[in-house]
Amino acid sequence: MTTSLVAQTSLTGEYRGLTAALFLGVVLLTVGITFWASRNTKTASDYYAGGRSFSGAQNGFAIAGDYMSAASFLGISGAIALSGYDGFLYSIGFLVAWLVALLLVAELLRNSGRFTMADQLAYRMRQRPVRTAAATSTVVVSIFYLLAQMVGAGALVALLLGVEGDAAKNATIAGVGALMIFYVVVGGMKGTTWVQIVKAVLLMTGTVLVTVLVLAQYGFNLSDLLGTAAANSGHGQAFLEPGLKYGVSTTSKIDFVSLAIALVLGTAGLPHILIRFYTVPTARQARKSVLWAIALIGSFYLMTLVLGFGAAAMVTGDAKQAIVDTGGNLASPLLAQAVGGGPGTTGGAVLLALISAVAFATILAVVAGLTLTSASSVAHDLYANVMKKGTASEKDEVKMARIAAFIIGGVAIALAIPGQKLNVAFLVALAFAVAASANLPALLYNLFWKRFNTRGAVWSIYGGLLSAVALVLFSPTVSGAETALFPNADWSWFPLANPGIVSVPFGFLMGWLGTITATDRTAEEHFVELEVRSLTGAGAAT
Amino acid sequence: MVEQVSSKAHQSYQRLHATGEFAELKRSYLGFVVPVTIAFMVWYFLYVVLSNWAPGFMGAKVLGNINVALVFGLLQFVTTFALAWAYQRFSARRLDPLADQLRDEFEREVGA
Repeated sequence: MTTSLVAQTSLTGEYRGLTAALFLGVVLLTVGITFWASRNTKTASDYYAGGRSFSGAQNGFAIAGDYMSAASFLGISGAIALSGYDGFLYSIGFLVAWLVALLLVAELLRNSGRFTMADQLAYRMRQRPVRTAAATSTVVVSIFYLLAQMVGAGALVALLLGVEGDAAKNATIAGVGALMIFYVVVGGMKGTTWVQIVKAVLLMTGTVLVTVLVLAQYGFNLSDLLGTAAANSGHGQAFLEPGLKYGVSTTSKIDFVSLAIALVLGTAGLPHILIRFYTVPTARQARKSVLWAIALIGSFYLMTLVLGFGAAAMVTGDAKQAIVDTGGNLASPLLAQAVGGGPGTTGGAVLLALISAVAFATILAVVAGLTLTSASSVAHDLYANVMKKGTASEKDEVKMARIAAFIIGGVAIALAIPGQKLNVAFLVALAFAVAASANLPALLYNLFWKRFNTRGAVWSIYGGLLSAVALVLFSPTVSGAETALFPNADWSWFPLANPGIVSVPFGFLMGWLGTITATDRTAEEHFVELEVRSLTGAGAAT
Repeated sequence: MVEQVSSKAHQSYQRLHATGEFAELKRSYLGFVVPVTIAFMVWYFLYVVLSNWAPGFMGAKVLGNINVALVFGLLQFVTTFALAWAYQRFSARRLDPLADQLRDEFEREVGA
């Protein structure tokens, strides 16, 4: 770690001022947007759902901004730069997953819920147990995801700004945390959405720019780029084929299948994505937003292919070592430096600073979305409906959401500072696994299975959540391996790093078992209402 | 307990649920999304399984350095874009008119 820090500092040192100025620009721009958005945030619907006033296209950009995290922008291009083709496997799961959201979830959820994931379940279930379960799972998924972003932010910002030492990193994490609390407390959903839209535009622009510059170096011949990447990677043709990362053994292959399950089923169960569907006026606009999101996210992942292989082909020397030392996270920024003219050139420095600022904006937009989601669920589900049983005033509820944003932001900072050794990719994969195991079964059963009831919902959520987390605790990512969190102890018995292959079927099984063992049939009586409402939008929240 | 709706709304939901238009809407919707979901899941997991267990096939060259694995991966993008577009066309033609009609009836009966 120390050597990579030194390597980084020497790479960015001369132009640190430029990078810092661009970071400051991102901060000022987003803070300005938040103040501007806060003027029109008055009601609960404004705070939680941006007044449901966004268009499908705006929400599509915001979804893309919410979804394409640092794990995508830095992580996937880095994984391709290091493991070649196997890095690309991630992007495909992350994209195909959107069909689940488009076909089965987005419109029906918009029609049947109001502010949170739990609303949709609580429509025909007993409020308190179901909302408590759904809020628990929302907060757990969001905290894992939030930790991944903040740990990544700490390492990245420290490296890019060339600050050294633990104190500087801790200060960076605290600073990012303070900003995200500010966006959410002051700007609510409107502010958060505009931050995400601006970020999506910056990210797409930066990515198109670097992609075109890379392709231009190879006369827009993809085959040449791939050939150079394979030759410079040290792996030869194997670099262009599946298997470098996941093909090592049968266990690693099954682990990859397990990851694929979580990726493709997790997206439509991520609470911070689900609540974005409430920000548009109709189900039709929700559909349109997913179509925009698919177009943006799909083209982005196609470009990460060029970024990843481009980094393998074009980044050399110290910079290449820096990519390896940071687990791939610096592939995109250092590729930008290389296509701009290389280390020490003005062009290289300007592009490096630009892409670093884009990565910074990316992190800020995603953490704001996650904090808002958790705060909404705590205020709307736990406070207003579980504790106050629906008697809280709208004003109190929004006040509670703002307090919750402070607390959750604080908890995230407090966990991220000692959690800096956690692997970012592992945290994101865990968030997807919990979303796929705990949230998606309950959502799908509720929409499509008449018999489904309160016990089924509660069992599937806790069953999926606990099994996913428990399997990870007993996996080699936590103990019993050199790369584990506790390398010197070994209590692992579950061989896979990704729990999805077991925990997703377990979530569905528990939902079924809970349902058929319960005698309470009241949920069935309201299925007719839910069905008409979700398919037609009759009586949907406006 | 469960979310309360007015008895007027309750009756309207019950009545609309029993109409032929609603049955048609539900049948059309499920008739599209169920087979399409099964199809893209099979297609995606076929890709995952081949990436794992058919290295020779996936590594075969198609053109220059472009191999089957890359073409297969890019085809996943193509099918995702195509299915999203097909769903949007289908729902605009077949689902939206029925949903609009039923929602209008509800709003006439219950008040928007």
